[in-house]
Amino acid sequence: MTPVKLYPPRPERVYLFGTCLIDMFFPEAGLDAVRLLEREGIEVVYPDNQTCCGQPAYTSGYHDEAREVARAQLGLFPEPWPIIVPSGSCGGMMRKHYPALFAGTPEEQQARDVASRIFELTEFLVHVCQLKLEDKGGEEKVAMHTSCSARREMGLADTGPALLAQLGQVELVEQVRSAECCGFGGTFAVRHPQVSAAMVEDKSQAIEQAGAEHFVTSDCGCLMNIGGHLAHRGSDVAGEHIASYLWRRTS
Amino acid sequence: MSARERILQRLCERADGALQAPVSDFSVVTGRNWTRQERVEHFERWISSVHGEVIHCSSTNWTGVLATVLRDKRVERLALGREHAIAREAREVLDAGDVELVDVDRDVDGWRRELFEQVDAGLTSTLGGIAETGSLWLWPTVDEPRLLSLVPPIHIAVLDADCIDDTLFDVMRRHGWADRMPTNALLISGPSKTADIEQTLAYGVHGPRELVVLLRQ
Amino acid sequence: MSQPVETFTPQQFHRQSREALANPQIRANFRKAMDGLMDKRRDAFAEWQLEELRQLGANIRLRALAHLPDLLEQLEARCEANGIRVHWAEDGEQACRIVTDICQRHGARSVIKGKSMVSEEMHLNAHLEKAGIEALESDLGEYLVQLNEQTPSHIIMPAIHLNTDEISDIMHDNTGTERTRDVDAMTAAARAQLRERFMAADVGVSGVNFAVAETGTLCLVENEGNGRMTTTVPPVHIAVTGIEKVVEHLADVPPLYALLTRSATGQHVTTYFNMISSPRREGEHDGPREVHLVLVDNGRSNIYQDDELLDTLRCIRCGACMNHCPVYTRVGGHSYGTTYPGPIGSILMPHLMGLDATRDLPTASSLCGACGEVCPVKIPIPDLLVRLRREAVGEGRGNVPGAGSKRTSKEVAAWKSWQWLATHPSAWRGATGIIGKLRGLAPAHIGPWTEYRTAPKPAAVPLHRLIKQYRKEGRS
Repeated sequence: MTPVKLYPPRPERVYLFGTCLIDMFFPEAGLDAVRLLEREGIEVVYPDNQTCCGQPAYTSGYHDEAREVARAQLGLFPEPWPIIVPSGSCGGMMRKHYPALFAGTPEEQQARDVASRIFELTEFLVHVCQLKLEDKGGEEKVAMHTSCSARREMGLADTGPALLAQLGQVELVEQVRSAECCGFGGTFAVRHPQVSAAMVEDKSQAIEQAGAEHFVTSDCGCLMNIGGHLAHRGSDVAGEHIASYLWRRTS
Repeated sequence: MSARERILQRLCERADGALQAPVSDFSVVTGRNWTRQERVEHFERWISSVHGEVIHCSSTNWTGVLATVLRDKRVERLALGREHAIAREAREVLDAGDVELVDVDRDVDGWRRELFEQVDAGLTSTLGGIAETGSLWLWPTVDEPRLLSLVPPIHIAVLDADCIDDTLFDVMRRHGWADRMPTNALLISGPSKTADIEQTLAYGVHGPRELVVLLRQ
Repeated sequence: MSQPVETFTPQQFHRQSREALANPQIRANFRKAMDGLMDKRRDAFAEWQLEELRQLGANIRLRALAHLPDLLEQLEARCEANGIRVHWAEDGEQACRIVTDICQRHGARSVIKGKSMVSEEMHLNAHLEKAGIEALESDLGEYLVQLNEQTPSHIIMPAIHLNTDEISDIMHDNTGTERTRDVDAMTAAARAQLRERFMAADVGVSGVNFAVAETGTLCLVENEGNGRMTTTVPPVHIAVTGIEKVVEHLADVPPLYALLTRSATGQHVTTYFNMISSPRREGEHDGPREVHLVLVDNGRSNIYQDDELLDTLRCIRCGACMNHCPVYTRVGGHSYGTTYPGPIGSILMPHLMGLDATRDLPTASSLCGACGEVCPVKIPIPDLLVRLRREAVGEGRGNVPGAGSKRTSKEVAAWKSWQWLATHPSAWRGATGIIGKLRGLAPAHIGPWTEYRTAPKPAAVPLHRLIKQYRKEGRS
């Protein structure tokens, strides 16, 4: 789907686009992304005026509203540095949909420029930082859920598992139908709650049945959905953003 | 204005303007460059995988093999053509035997029920095979009508190994199909089947339950 | 009757999908079937350069659409030269009338049908029955569904919602077939029942998988042989097809056929590929004496106007999008209440029925992208779903029937408020900060979300403040 991307050399500075879900619900994940990048000697610039990539309105069909919100983000990254997004769905929105959203507007070129600099966090850690990790944690069985946007929109099915594979004490357990959606889908979970619930129930079961003690994901939408469902059913399995997990195990 | 004119007008006066046609690169469906042996192997592998039965024989012994097949499958009435070399050779051997030969060079309207209910097997020639999919290709004729390969419970088809091409694309190109399409051109790959009852395969749902390919080397 | 007769409508998607979700039999039937189909598709392409093949498939379809009016005229001319009569219908009603007229001209009482989704779209059977003509489906799945007075729940496997026991009951109740779990026995019974009908039928009605303009050839893809029976045994054959099914050259067919069978059922080939170029010719001993082709528009020329929506018309009806759809897998085909269910239905049916009638279909997707990933002709289905959501709320081009019908002042106001907040960063920060401070008051129950999940708790300190604190600590 996504054409082969040529990765730049490791930069000195990057921007972090933290995403609204991380800002509001999982700020530690954002901070852990900063820590991971800084440990690699990369300065992380967090534009304070960032809010939301616009995706919720975009996927709901409210493109005029989405464009206004997206426009407010476009100007936040004036330097030609990579923009790191710790979320496949926000990353996918900015990389894939910004150019189309601004086509024929004065910001078209700017949107293309921003889109071309978008990197999902695990993608950047693997392909640009060529991150090497030293596991300091104990033995643990972990399941990874790669978000559909990371997997299919950004073509990043392998980067998360590649990072986890570097953790010597961590066994990455394989769930059945690991590529299947968890049922979040943004407003889908609200518009079609029962269908979404059936999907997340299957996902949670798959994670539990794989023998996972813990699950990680690169997307906070999925984390909120799967984690919320696991907690609701009183499961022992807790979820975490992959940035936090990597930082926790290697610091 | 007629429906035809209105539809065509809407299409011609397209709101977003004329469309550019992309170039098609067909290399993915051709250029296999298999040897004769590889073609035979591919053909056999694939047609066997869909329940087709392949029996190797030669151009000299095939009628004897046919007689054995008919005996093994307890075929009492065999429908076949008259003009084609396959039918002629088969008739020479079978004429004296126990199998009753049913002529098919007559209008089906006169003997439809007989064809549907009283013929055990149909014998046909083929124009060739397709290695990549394990398919036979047939252009039914006056001598070997369309229903001969469809209605009897067993279809016995004779294929020469030299007439197997690599792919369907190759067959169409090499044999100039586009310039001379017959009333009905058929690819047949195995016996009739269905998986409509809970994905369980069952054979012979409407057409033949068995497809026997006499592969002449 | 083993199941109550139900009428499914797209307006009732919510209720129908809830009922399907609550039905363990339906859930199990679809899950099992879809799992199998996904595995088989993957294996079927294992030895192929799949991306090259998909690109070729997409390009062939795009080329056909680029020349669509010319190709339709060429198809018509070739068919007519070959002796096939060509008819044009602007909508389903017109198409039904054309078919019925032909039947009546021949005094037909009985029509046997090969599988045709366009005829389902036209509601042809009901139309024929109103004219006193019996229409019997001959594809085994369609036959079973028809016996059970249902509609297909999948475009390739119409009876996929039924399991063996249910089918046994249906055959017993409707045809007197002895109850059995032996699939061969059931198949043999259906064979015998339908053979009588083939012989007795006055007219055969089929669909078309590809119509080749270059040669005037109608291609039919099938495994059972009922398609060949339908198009060979009765004296008259009527093929109905959407106008988008035309391809330019005969050479365009092999790649599309290779994609279709592998994508649909994971078969490397189907049992039969039936190519019809004319009625019975002088001296030939079987085949119909008349062949008619009905070209059906029914909304397609409207889809054709728009560069983005046009991609909808590339579809070759393989069903891979539904086989891989996590929503379809759970709610099944009938929940959609439309002729074409699943992702392709959700991007096609709004054009046929209007966005008002199908308002819940474009949103019945998590946009997970599985459909687009497997589409053999690379239709960007998720993008088209988003486009239709846009049209539904009145922010598109307004060229889809029922555009704007989903726009409500309440929802617009919500998005406008969100927009205001997200374009005023200091207000945004203030709001997230306040939400964090009030997290103790966060509701434990927020609508349907918390029926199945715990409520997400806002963080005490949002990221933009956390990073500031972190920087300050780092400096000190």
